[in-house]
Amino acid sequence: MTPPPLLAQGLQGFLNGARRIGLTGRGLVIAIPLVWLIVFFLIPFLVVGKLSLSEAAIALPPYSPLMEWIDGVLSIHLNFNNFLFLADDSLYLNAYVESAKIAAVSTFFTLLIAYPMAYMIARAPDHRRHLLLMLVVLPFWTSFLLRVYAWIGFLKGNGVINTLLIWLGITQEPLRMLQTDFAVYIGIVYTYLPFMILPLYATLVKLDKDYLEASADLGARPAMTFLTVTLPLSLPGVIAGCMLVFIPAVGEYVIPALLGGPDTLMIGRVLWNEFFANRDWPVASAVAIVMLVVLLVPIMVLRRAQAAEEGATP
Amino acid sequence: MTPSSLFLRITAWLGFLFLYAPIASLVIFSFNESKLVTVWGGFSTKWYGALFRDPQILAAGWISLKIGFFSATIAVVIGTLAAYVLSRFSRFRGRTWLSGAIAAPLVMPDVIIGLSLLLLFVAMEHLFGWPQGRGILTIVIAHATFGAAYVAVVAQSRLVGMDLSLEEAAEDLGAHPVRVFFDITLPVIAPALVSGWLLAFTLSLDDLVIASFVTGPGASTLPMVIFSKVRLGVSPDVNALATLVIGIVSIGILVAASNLHRAARDKEDAAPSHRTNEDMS
Repeated sequence: MTPPPLLAQGLQGFLNGARRIGLTGRGLVIAIPLVWLIVFFLIPFLVVGKLSLSEAAIALPPYSPLMEWIDGVLSIHLNFNNFLFLADDSLYLNAYVESAKIAAVSTFFTLLIAYPMAYMIARAPDHRRHLLLMLVVLPFWTSFLLRVYAWIGFLKGNGVINTLLIWLGITQEPLRMLQTDFAVYIGIVYTYLPFMILPLYATLVKLDKDYLEASADLGARPAMTFLTVTLPLSLPGVIAGCMLVFIPAVGEYVIPALLGGPDTLMIGRVLWNEFFANRDWPVASAVAIVMLVVLLVPIMVLRRAQAAEEGATP
Repeated sequence: MTPSSLFLRITAWLGFLFLYAPIASLVIFSFNESKLVTVWGGFSTKWYGALFRDPQILAAGWISLKIGFFSATIAVVIGTLAAYVLSRFSRFRGRTWLSGAIAAPLVMPDVIIGLSLLLLFVAMEHLFGWPQGRGILTIVIAHATFGAAYVAVVAQSRLVGMDLSLEEAAEDLGAHPVRVFFDITLPVIAPALVSGWLLAFTLSLDDLVIASFVTGPGASTLPMVIFSKVRLGVSPDVNALATLVIGIVSIGILVAASNLHRAARDKEDAAPSHRTNEDMS
């Protein structure tokens, strides 16, 4: 029995369609990463968005469905209560503001420490430069968790810094540093330092030295040259580095959990507790959606800075 | 030496001190006989012994190594394909989206990636019955996705930097694009893929947040075990573990760096240098 012509036509149409949308060898090469990212990156965000509009329920999984088909009636429940709840309870607003503040202050101090380091590396002779760059990258390859952990031993009441301070006679009583916001700042600056140094280095190393000499020849003092020539020219690196630190720092969980106190309110921690302790998946999703929206602006700034950087290199 | 360059040097070296002092103290106190972190009780390797007799740590370590191996391997395939597509095909549908999405996990907060993937897995199980439950498989998928971002960055910089005339010559001689890729492109970018694999592997071995979201019963990775130990305070066997990790990573980096350095020097010798002389200051 021959297949019905309609089916054959349909099959032919499908194949033509497949070819038209590019399912050739080239298309397949494009499709693999594209499909993977659609399934495991794009769709998850849509699921989070969907869940943020559903209602928490004592069920498995613990939320009610968005759409229901009962007796031929399709009912769609869009529950905006999770977002209203976030707006209502000052805890969430405070956590967003506090996270942004902690991330911004840490980013500023990271920049302050990273700039001279990047500058020195960029100006170092060739053979030394490779070594110094490696020394910057090396901690990044060792465990992030263990590097945060190292600071517990440094900052705690009878830790290394307090022992040193008491031995030097600077203080009699050990200072309380662990479980404070101060410890969180240190933790963020410390772990994200390489992310700031590398983009700064990349722009500083390309900086044409003739400009600096020209500026000096024209009588500018080094500080003047730095402010009017070096800093403006390294601005793409500054922006990229700041965004690379600021964006993940806003959502940081491990650092406030290990180094911060119980009153260190960061949104990553709130989301974690909402999910693991309260098992309120819809509210956790709403927290994530708002965080994404807040981070959208810095992410766009980062993409523009990186695009400018790529455009600048021949 | 001018005062400003002296100031620069001092701040830069203080920066390096800041980077390395905590690591150094971690290593030193892993050899401490005493359980107290600040009291030196004499040299001892007993915490290393304790580490290797701890079945929980060993089991978690093995799970983490397996997850790291498989996720890094998948990440290299996905990341390389993405990098190849982005650097060689200038126009296709979804190009802008792909270049954004492949890089996004680099900066996206872990809690968001973890939560969104968990919700995806739950929804998929609900709809298709796959993946059944969560555990090693779901962690591998999650880690492969963010590992691919790092691989793509590393591979793309190599693909953009390589000499296109090699690929063009092979094509002109009639080689099929697949053959060109495997015979020309892949060997040239291989060192970048090795470092991309290692990066994805270490990041997988290190991840706490994403794995905590997408894991299921019975699949505790090493960072989860460390985190639960460390939350209760400093424990010297974690120092011993950290020292082992730092030691292995440092050796690996040194070997890789000397290889890369030699390759770069060979390339510089072969090609006429167009760089201006380094100043001697």
